[in-house]
Order: sequence, then structure tokens, then C-alpha cells
Amino acid sequence: MKIRLSIATLVATLALPALADRLPVPGNPVYVEECGACHLAYPPQLLDAHSWLHVMNGLDKHFGTDASLDERRRSAITDFLGRNAGGRKTGVTADAKGQPLLRISDTAYFQRKHREVDAATWKRASIKSPANCAACHVNAATGDYSERSIKIPK
Amino acid sequence: MCAIDTLETDMRTSLLIAAILIAASGAGRAETPRDFLTRFEKEAGTAASAERGARFFTAKQGGEWSCASCHGERPTQAGRHAKTDKPITALAPAANAERFTDAAKVDKWFRRNCNDTINRACSAQEKADVLAWLLSLK
Repeated sequence: MKIRLSIATLVATLALPALADRLPVPGNPVYVEECGACHLAYPPQLLDAHSWLHVMNGLDKHFGTDASLDERRRSAITDFLGRNAGGRKTGVTADAKGQPLLRISDTAYFQRKHREVDAATWKRASIKSPANCAACHVNAATGDYSERSIKIPK
Repeated sequence: MCAIDTLETDMRTSLLIAAILIAASGAGRAETPRDFLTRFEKEAGTAASAERGARFFTAKQGGEWSCASCHGERPTQAGRHAKTDKPITALAPAANAERFTDAAKVDKWFRRNCNDTINRACSAQEKADVLAWLLSLK
């Protein structure tokens, strides 16, 4: 048992550098079913709780589409996002006036991470928009956003 | 012998519970694509037209998108979300047995997608026409 624990610790230690770009989505079937129907089930860590609350209060006008939900599901997902929101990497996700940011791609963390990607690349037919994480982060669905797993399509 | 008896009792209990759950959850709900077609035709008060449904599905009607913008011109094949590019499984029941089998999902997606494409709720006749066309695709 002791040996097994040590091996587990060793493996965890070796895996640490990769953890820096891991944004796993905690298992939540309702979140994945509802939000993941139209886009990748984005890691809740990428917005703070205040931003998520505003997103979830405006689902009938969700970035140009009607994403409205029944109240039971809406409040369950709001709770889930609130519990898993924000954190060390992203900090407070608000604009200069303190208004909550609603787009992950507007946050300082996202922009810092993507500063090498130019405007023309985002608009490629194979990418379409920053909403399409999996276009380049081929293992995004598993929470793997490491440099190694980036393949920018032509 | 004793173990088999217990197993049989367990199975019988499970089957009974499953039957009760199915009866409770399925009460009064349409469950096949044909049931939905019947429901929409009844609400509309007229027979559906697959031909009208095809035109409705592929034509933009004032908005930025038609149904086909995300579901594709041939909904026996998978589509892609016009904005996020997320793959969308085929909409035609012949190609995807899960489609039009759950009333809550059917109502949810018509509610949202009609708003996104024609900026209002779809009429029962429009829903019947689209579904008649989808059911005609093999």
C-alpha cells in the first residue's frame, strides 16, 4: 500500500508541469447536456461567480441566440458554475468599470494566453471564432489546454 | 437454489420498479416522431405538407439563420453550429433514432430555434410541416 502511494505521488509530481494548462470541467451531466449542446462545455474556472450569474440571468439573449432553460435546470447550472467559478488563474473577471465580463474571450487571462494569435487566424473557416476552443485545443473536451495539444488548423 | 430464488425476486422487483417509473414519467407524453406529427397537426387543424416544410427549413426569413444554417441542407447528415462550429447530430429520425422522442426536448428546441431563425414562436402548422419533411427523408 505504501509503495503504491509513493508511485501515485511520483506520477502526480511528474505530471505537475502539465497541470498548469489543465482546466478540467467537474462532472455535471446537466451542465454538459445543456451548455455543451451548442458549444464546448467551457471550464467554469474561466469566469468568476459574478460573471456566471449574469450569463445565467440572460440566457434568452445569449450572445445573439435564445438559450433559455426551464427554471429548475437554469438554477442547478447556476449553482454548479458558482461553486466552480473563478480561482487563482483568472481572478476577478470584470471590465474597467467593474461590470462583469460575459465572454471568456474578453477576460485578461484569455487574452494573455492568446496574444500570439492574430485576428485573421481567428476568422479562418476552420476556426470561426474564439468560442470554438476545440478547433485548436484538440483535447479541450478533456480539459487539456497544454501547448503540446495545440494544432492550429489551416 | 436459494441464491437463484433471491436473484429472481430481485429481478422481479427491479422490473416492477422500472415499469412504475416508466408509467409515471411517460404519462400523457408523445414518444415517437409520428406522435409529435399527430400532435402538431391536431393543434394546427390541418394536414402537414412536407414540401412546405422543406422550403421553411432551408429559407432565411428575415433573420441571419435558417434551420439549415446549423442542421445542414440534408438533415440526414450531421450539421454544425453556425457560430461555434460544434457538431450537431443528424435531425432526421431515419438517421438518428433519438430525435423527436422526448417532449421536453422537442418543445425546448422549437422554442429557442424558432426565436433564433424567424424571431417568433413557430406555429403548430410550421412545426408539423418541418417534421413531415424530416420524416420523409430516408
